Amino acid sequence: MVAFKLAYKNLIGAGLRTWLNVSVLSLAFVMTIFYNGMIDGWNRQGRNDTQDWEIANGQYWHPEYDRLDVFSIKDSHQPLSAELQQQVSDGWLVPQFIQQASIYPQGRMQSVLLKGIPHDQTILKIPTAPLKTDGDELKAIIGKRMAESTHLKVGDQVLIRWRDKNGTFDALELTIVSVFQCDVPGIDNGQIYIDYDRMQEMMGLENNASLLVTAAEEPRAISGWSFKDTDFLLADLDKMIESKKGGGIVLQGVLLLIALLAIFDTQVLSIFRRQKEIGTYIALGLTRSQVVGIFTIEGGAHSILAALVGAAYGIPFFLYLDTVGLSFGSVDVGVTIAETIYPYYSLGLILSTMLLVVVSATIVSYLPARRIAKMNPTEALKGKIQ
Amino acid sequence: MCKRFILIGVLLMAIIAVLKSQTANEIMQKIDDNMSSENRVVESSMTIHGRRNSRTITSVSYTVGTEKSFTEYLSPPREKGTKMLKLEDRLWTYYPANDRIVQISGHMLRQSVMGSDLSYEDMMDDRQLTEVYVAVVESKEEIDGRSIFVLKLTAKVDDAAYHSRKLWVDAEYYLPTKEELYAKSGQLLKRTQLSDFQKVDGRWYPMKMNFKDVLKQGEGTDWEIISIRFNEEIPDYLFSKAALKQ
Repeated sequence: MVAFKLAYKNLIGAGLRTWLNVSVLSLAFVMTIFYNGMIDGWNRQGRNDTQDWEIANGQYWHPEYDRLDVFSIKDSHQPLSAELQQQVSDGWLVPQFIQQASIYPQGRMQSVLLKGIPHDQTILKIPTAPLKTDGDELKAIIGKRMAESTHLKVGDQVLIRWRDKNGTFDALELTIVSVFQCDVPGIDNGQIYIDYDRMQEMMGLENNASLLVTAAEEPRAISGWSFKDTDFLLADLDKMIESKKGGGIVLQGVLLLIALLAIFDTQVLSIFRRQKEIGTYIALGLTRSQVVGIFTIEGGAHSILAALVGAAYGIPFFLYLDTVGLSFGSVDVGVTIAETIYPYYSLGLILSTMLLVVVSATIVSYLPARRIAKMNPTEALKGKIQ
Repeated sequence: MCKRFILIGVLLMAIIAVLKSQTANEIMQKIDDNMSSENRVVESSMTIHGRRNSRTITSVSYTVGTEKSFTEYLSPPREKGTKMLKLEDRLWTYYPANDRIVQISGHMLRQSVMGSDLSYEDMMDDRQLTEVYVAVVESKEEIDGRSIFVLKLTAKVDDAAYHSRKLWVDAEYYLPTKEELYAKSGQLLKRTQLSDFQKVDGRWYPMKMNFKDVLKQGEGTDWEIISIRFNEEIPDYLFSKAALKQ
């Protein structure tokens, strides 16, 4: 307890030097929580958005279907069994039939993925209701990114050309009936959605699907379909988050290093300038390790003060960010990222950051304090340089 | 008596329809005889008209039947050395710049060849008309002082790329001067104009063609034959992936 009291008095007594160290360390502290909070926020929003818009609780793929292999798409479809059709009717599954096609906006040819999805599905957030057919008109919905890249808007008509099940070309004018906004590029870029039944008709097939999206909390295996769980389907996002976290460690490491270097310097200077004090402690009966402890606690206490100072300006800052979020505009990095990210600060993040700062500040305080153990107390009392 | 007249009338109409149909199929057969060959070596130039400028690419192609084809681009320098190999329904392209062979498949088949109005799919599909279509003569017209049959072709097989075609066939050369390709819905997709018919090895052949993807903007792509030789000796090794890198 004496050591803590001494540490506190010495720190406050050091004045500006202490506050400079503390402010740099608090900045490292706040920046670490801010950066990781943003990444965790992105991760949470990304996972939720991807599940809401694209994958729900998992997908069943045609065994040959591979979303990253365009060569696999043409033949990766099969008819739904009566049992699966019943599950679709009951609202547990959403079938999607995917084929390649070309559109000709403003006389330019562009390859697209044509996706047939039931207009009455409710599992995914994709607003499919406007796809309901009433007459011969081919209605389609597209995402905001697709609308921007093709310069298409609601009410526009564009010619789409595709090949039916036999490879024969067919073409029709389709009408864009809705442009939806979502943060999941995987369901937007280069994709056009039409009604599932209309797509079957166009391809000359019946009840065929390339994949099924499930709403079941505990999906079970379906014969003839390959189940992909959310971990598999979110692997790209997870990898991106991991890489961003890795990149952030460098930035946080540099900040922390600067702060720790300042503490280290302060400690070296203290031990050099306060030799008489060290000699007095020993003369008063403190063991060398107790004196090392006093100086280590003093150095380490910088981190406690840094946490308090960091909290003083960090908490209002974090609360503000939590309310307004941080807008990145509509960036397209190939994985799900919201236009506005709301950071997520977990207790684990705050505690682990505090632990990291306290432990590392204590270690850099201890390293120069070890010299005290080698000091001659008489020489120290005289204030002779050792 | 009246019934007999009606019967005779119906029979006559049926006979005329059959004769007309035979004529159409004969015309189609004559076109195939002119356009198809066991093998051919063609040196040609392809002029692609862009929005701002046009560029010309020359190439030499070796074709055996409808299954095998090997093309090497000769100019301009940027395209020189690029080679393409077609074996049945597979297509590979060799790019000398990065010394790589790429298989063209899936959506890439829909892409245009060197920015032209021809897609790789179009290049892949070169079956004889008589194998794929049944034809009827829609009319006989006089266009630019020449007698022209207008033929409507409808696919008789399930896997025809184009469900129907319309051909304007020169009655003397039995070559189409114009061809329109339609989707199943009846939408016009492509238009080809053929001209400069010359007699080569006993057959008439169009030395100039203009391909136009009517859904796209632009003037289309001109294809001009510099030289063509039929029934040449083409070595088998040319139709292998190894030949692409040679």
